[in-house]
Amino acid sequence: MEIAVNILLTIATAATPLLIAAMGELVVERSGVLNLGVEGMMIMGAVGGFGAGYLTGSPWIGLLVAVAMGAVFSLLFAFMTLTLATNQVATGLSLTLLGLGLSGMMGTSFVGQPGERLPNLDIPGLTSIPVVGKLFFGQDPVFYISIALTIAVAWFLFRTRTGLTLRSIGDSHTSAHALGIPVLRYRYLAVVFGGACAGLAGGQLSLVYTPQWVENMSAGRGWIALALVVFASWRPWRVLGGAYIFGAVWIGQLHAQAFGIPVPSQLLSSLPYLATVVVLVLISRNKRLTMMNTPASLGQPFVPDR
Amino acid sequence: MRIELVKRPQRSVLFSALSPFIAFVLTIVAGAILFALLGVNPLTAFGIYFIEPVSQVWQLHELAIKAAPLILIAVGLSVCYRANIWNIGAEGQFILGGIVGSIVPVMFPTLEGPLVLPLMLLLGMVGGAAYAAIPAFLKTRFNTNEILTSLMLVYVAQLFLDWLVRGPWRDPQGHGFPQTVQFNASAILPELFPSSGRANWGFVFALVAAVLVWILMNRVLKGFEVRVLGSSPRAGRFAGFSLGRMVFFAFMLSGALAGLAGISEVSGAINQLQPVISPGYGFTAIIVAFLGRLNPLGIVAAGLVLALTYLGGEAVQSALGISDKVARVFQGMLLFFVLGCDTLIHYRIRLVGFGASRIEEAR
Repeated sequence: MEIAVNILLTIATAATPLLIAAMGELVVERSGVLNLGVEGMMIMGAVGGFGAGYLTGSPWIGLLVAVAMGAVFSLLFAFMTLTLATNQVATGLSLTLLGLGLSGMMGTSFVGQPGERLPNLDIPGLTSIPVVGKLFFGQDPVFYISIALTIAVAWFLFRTRTGLTLRSIGDSHTSAHALGIPVLRYRYLAVVFGGACAGLAGGQLSLVYTPQWVENMSAGRGWIALALVVFASWRPWRVLGGAYIFGAVWIGQLHAQAFGIPVPSQLLSSLPYLATVVVLVLISRNKRLTMMNTPASLGQPFVPDR
Repeated sequence: MRIELVKRPQRSVLFSALSPFIAFVLTIVAGAILFALLGVNPLTAFGIYFIEPVSQVWQLHELAIKAAPLILIAVGLSVCYRANIWNIGAEGQFILGGIVGSIVPVMFPTLEGPLVLPLMLLLGMVGGAAYAAIPAFLKTRFNTNEILTSLMLVYVAQLFLDWLVRGPWRDPQGHGFPQTVQFNASAILPELFPSSGRANWGFVFALVAAVLVWILMNRVLKGFEVRVLGSSPRAGRFAGFSLGRMVFFAFMLSGALAGLAGISEVSGAINQLQPVISPGYGFTAIIVAFLGRLNPLGIVAAGLVLALTYLGGEAVQSALGISDKVARVFQGMLLFFVLGCDTLIHYRIRLVGFGASRIEEAR
């Protein structure tokens, strides 16, 4: 039982960054913008979060800086694709490339330094309850943020008027514009929200998951988050499910490596990436269903005619 | 103040030509700010970054060595991007090209003769093309997003190479280092002018590929097909062009060129397989492709510029102690600025003050 709980806890820690980053990207894509820069914003959040935590000694400040870092970095993307109407695929890619370079440069002096870890929740009386106590009342703060985020995004998108407006922009920006909705303003906010989420996910990596700075420590998680959004057919609760499946794959291969299963460790390490491909194949097979779920103006630049 | 875009009646020829240069100037300005923030005199830094690495003949050879894979890969990618097909896994195709091409010198290290090298190059292209065919197949057969699948396969390729050189292909006499045997002389791509520097035939391959792809895109029906399907898939369908076949064509062409770049790098510059054979050429080549305006001849120039950023990064690291990641920052900024400047080709930019917009609202 103890082992099962511990495995569940590690899965949650591995799933949380995927969940948060994918949830942010989900909102961005629902507004009709495809931001391929998740990996770059995430790694910027990771380096900013670690750096601020390391320099101030407070992992909480680190977490805030991580969020701010992702949000500010995403503004660059927003300005390019929304104000200047550049190609979203290419701009997103360049955001990732720039983020990987910039974070590497900023993090040079952090390599090998011991980091600050966000403390786990500890509620007297509740956390010590066997089994459920640790699962529900003893995890790191970012875990609870990720769950709250999922609920909030699901509620916002499908239960509020603003959420409905956001989705309508994603489905047809021209119609939304004709109705007098400020398309670009909504999209700016969505992109920055996505950036803040990616930054938070990065902060989780360098402040909770492995409290240290390693170059390229996001290791493709930003890309997996992008795949998760497709996998979840742009629905928040399915993102949650998908993130935990991928968290399980990630942890499963680590455990398998630790147990010394007679399979090359590199093969096990490549499982999350192979799983992403397989999942994408399974989910995209039905062309009509995919088309129905995809926000119709996803990736299309929009220049309002005035 | 607000920025508004006003559509031009037709694309601006002037900005189409100027935009890479404007982007380059903006990158220099941003770079100067960056160096100043790092506490280095920008002029000194630029001297070390952009001038010193190309001030001697042997250094020009190094530039050619770095530029060759970038140009080869980017030329292939330009065909993909023109067709609106997003292969971003060239890094993986590069690695697979290096691996498959190395089958001959690693598994038959005693094989010699004039046929070894052509066979390696051919296998490298086959390896790259085959690896690129996977996302193409998944896209055409299962409608899978090629951006994500081609990227995921990069990680798989890196891990596969890592396994090979630490496992079955490790040189038993290599003192435990994760590397294969050194290739014998007939498996090494010859140097162009051995008396003055190390540049090898890979650079010639790059130039030839650029010319051939330029002819393909501008003088051959297939190139027309690429452009039509890229700008309007619907019109392409009416013309009887098959999008599915185009996906395979573009992916396998770019995969083959990336594979050729991979085996040329392994055979010409490294002479053996190691756990890491590319400093991110496959990703930097994306920048090269855009900076070169998706035009093969522009790509040659852009490849040389980006190669210089690599050399400059190494130079400032050794001279000023700045991380060589500065090269990646320069590359990323360059792509950003080039994409931003490209807006000027199709739009005029109008700055609207708050006052003006209020007047408009009042009307």
